Amino acid sequence: MATSTDPTSAVPNSAAPTAGTPGRLRASLRRLATPSLVIGAGLVVVITLFGLIAPFFVADPLAISNLGMAPPSAEHWLGTTQTGQDVLAQLAWATRGSLLVGVIVAVLALFLSAFFGILGGYLGGWIDEGFSLFTNVVLILPGLPLMIVIGSYVQQRGLLLIAFILAITSWAAAARVLRSQTLSIRTRDYVQAAKVAGEKPHRIIAVEILPNLLPVMSSGFVFALITAILGEAGLSFIGLGVVGTQTWGSMLFYAQNGQALTLGGWWWFVPPGLMIAALGCGLSLINFSIDGIINPRLRTAPKAARSVRRAEQGAERADDSEATTKEVLA
Amino acid sequence: MHLLRKIGFYLVALWAAVTLNFFIPRALPGSPVDAVLAKLALRGPVAPETRQAIEVMLGADTDRSLFQEYFAYLGGLLSGDLGVSVTYFPTPVSQVVGQSLPWTLVLVGLATTFTFILGMVLGTLAGWKRGTWLDSLIPATTILQAVPYFWLALLFIYVLSVNLGMFPISGGYDYTLVRPAFDYPFLSNALYYGFLPALTIVLSSLGGWLLGMRNMMVSTLSEDYILTAEAKGLSPRRVMVMYAARNAMLPSVSGFAISLGFVVSGSIVVETVFSYPGVGFTMLQAVQNNDYSLMQGMFLIITVAVLAANLVVDLLYGVIDPRTRARG
Repeated sequence: MATSTDPTSAVPNSAAPTAGTPGRLRASLRRLATPSLVIGAGLVVVITLFGLIAPFFVADPLAISNLGMAPPSAEHWLGTTQTGQDVLAQLAWATRGSLLVGVIVAVLALFLSAFFGILGGYLGGWIDEGFSLFTNVVLILPGLPLMIVIGSYVQQRGLLLIAFILAITSWAAAARVLRSQTLSIRTRDYVQAAKVAGEKPHRIIAVEILPNLLPVMSSGFVFALITAILGEAGLSFIGLGVVGTQTWGSMLFYAQNGQALTLGGWWWFVPPGLMIAALGCGLSLINFSIDGIINPRLRTAPKAARSVRRAEQGAERADDSEATTKEVLA
Repeated sequence: MHLLRKIGFYLVALWAAVTLNFFIPRALPGSPVDAVLAKLALRGPVAPETRQAIEVMLGADTDRSLFQEYFAYLGGLLSGDLGVSVTYFPTPVSQVVGQSLPWTLVLVGLATTFTFILGMVLGTLAGWKRGTWLDSLIPATTILQAVPYFWLALLFIYVLSVNLGMFPISGGYDYTLVRPAFDYPFLSNALYYGFLPALTIVLSSLGGWLLGMRNMMVSTLSEDYILTAEAKGLSPRRVMVMYAARNAMLPSVSGFAISLGFVVSGSIVVETVFSYPGVGFTMLQAVQNNDYSLMQGMFLIITVAVLAANLVVDLLYGVIDPRTRARG
């Protein structure tokens, strides 16, 4: 939601991602490594490593034992479920499952949004009209009810099917942003020059337009990842997720059905939700940093406002906003 | 012209929803008839005539072409015929929808309106006083935004309902105390039961509004007309509300469609957590009982409600932004 609410203002500054020499690269890296980016990336890396490595070291997540609903102990770090399964082992496998679904969906959604957004925006005419009508219709139809209807008709819900359902309901917002960006880039001089020089449309899109859309697309990818993981969790929680694969949502589904709430088994339903929240938070923080690169006003404005307040009222205010503009252009 | 275009768009969206609703069951493997038969077979042997009876009941008797079926379906919809519910047999689907719709409309409607206004006000302040402690609101809303709706609901139930006993665990009202009616005992009881679901929706959707508004405020405040307004000596309050906030709100209002989709999807899951008798909970019950006509009726009514809400917001947009009127 954070990125899609202002599609008009986020015109990419084409000067941002170009850093020539290694020295300038290091300098720009230092400028971009804001606290929010470092914390966000740290959270995401830790969770990803947990999902990649931990499943090799934990016990069988499905092995049942007599020790049901046991609180955290030295033997079971996160306690056990109602049927005595180890929660930590389940969490490790669920992390892997959720991340896998999220990445597949985000890639599919990125592809769909790029296809409809960039191609429509670049070609214009009736193709654009048609694509943009289609995008807006998909955007306005509520996603989860549609997923429920599709999911309930298919009994064998595989990983790819669920990923596909999630992807076709979540690409539209990004496509709209990409379209408006493409419309503004299309009219720039260098694109016109390439056209006059007789470049083919697919080459203009790939060489002239795509690189300038990268910040917006990466922000869209991160956003799609959050949406996908939240969407999958919701779908699994109501019992319509991937059959036979553990995810954070399916853990919460079993926790609620296993009376974890009324039996006081907080160690069963708190960890999966915390993992979703931590990952979503990390990804949003990364997205903030990308937003700051795309729209430098958001980055410099608080600093500028603070210095304005410190300075005296009046004419200095105009000077400072001029300085801000210079800083942005530099 | 502008209005006609808008209405045309919503008609296309409505047609798309109806058509999806018709073709999804027919395009996917596995038929509803088989699913219902399999469920019946668990209880005992099924007579061959049962299959035909179920086919007739679900409208799957196959002697008509797909095309004819489609038009018969559209005609049925126009006369308000959504089929018969299996779960609440023999109640028509339209009646079940009618019972559950008010619950969701009031819950989601009130919660969304409240959240929108709160988000706009807080976002305006955070953008206006950027660089102060209000900036620290942003990380907090980020965390709230990343929390799944239903998990927040589970936490509320665990802490406030199960452990502290402050709120009911589930339901829309107390069946033993009150009957649905427009009187004080029922309304206050329904409010008490609806408080936690509403709080869940407000808390998890506030962040998006707040952040979008704050970012647009920051962008708007560096426009020339703000400087002009300040130079004219207008009061800061007037500049903030009439010059900055009014313009900064526009993307939030036009992005209502995206956000409402999120809120509705989230509230469906929240309703199932609280067993709240709205459309989401009913739709899930339909899924669990293989009640396909009820499920599709629910999908249709949710979609129509979302489309209608967006149409209203689009019409309001013309009031806030005079440019759309001038163009038409």
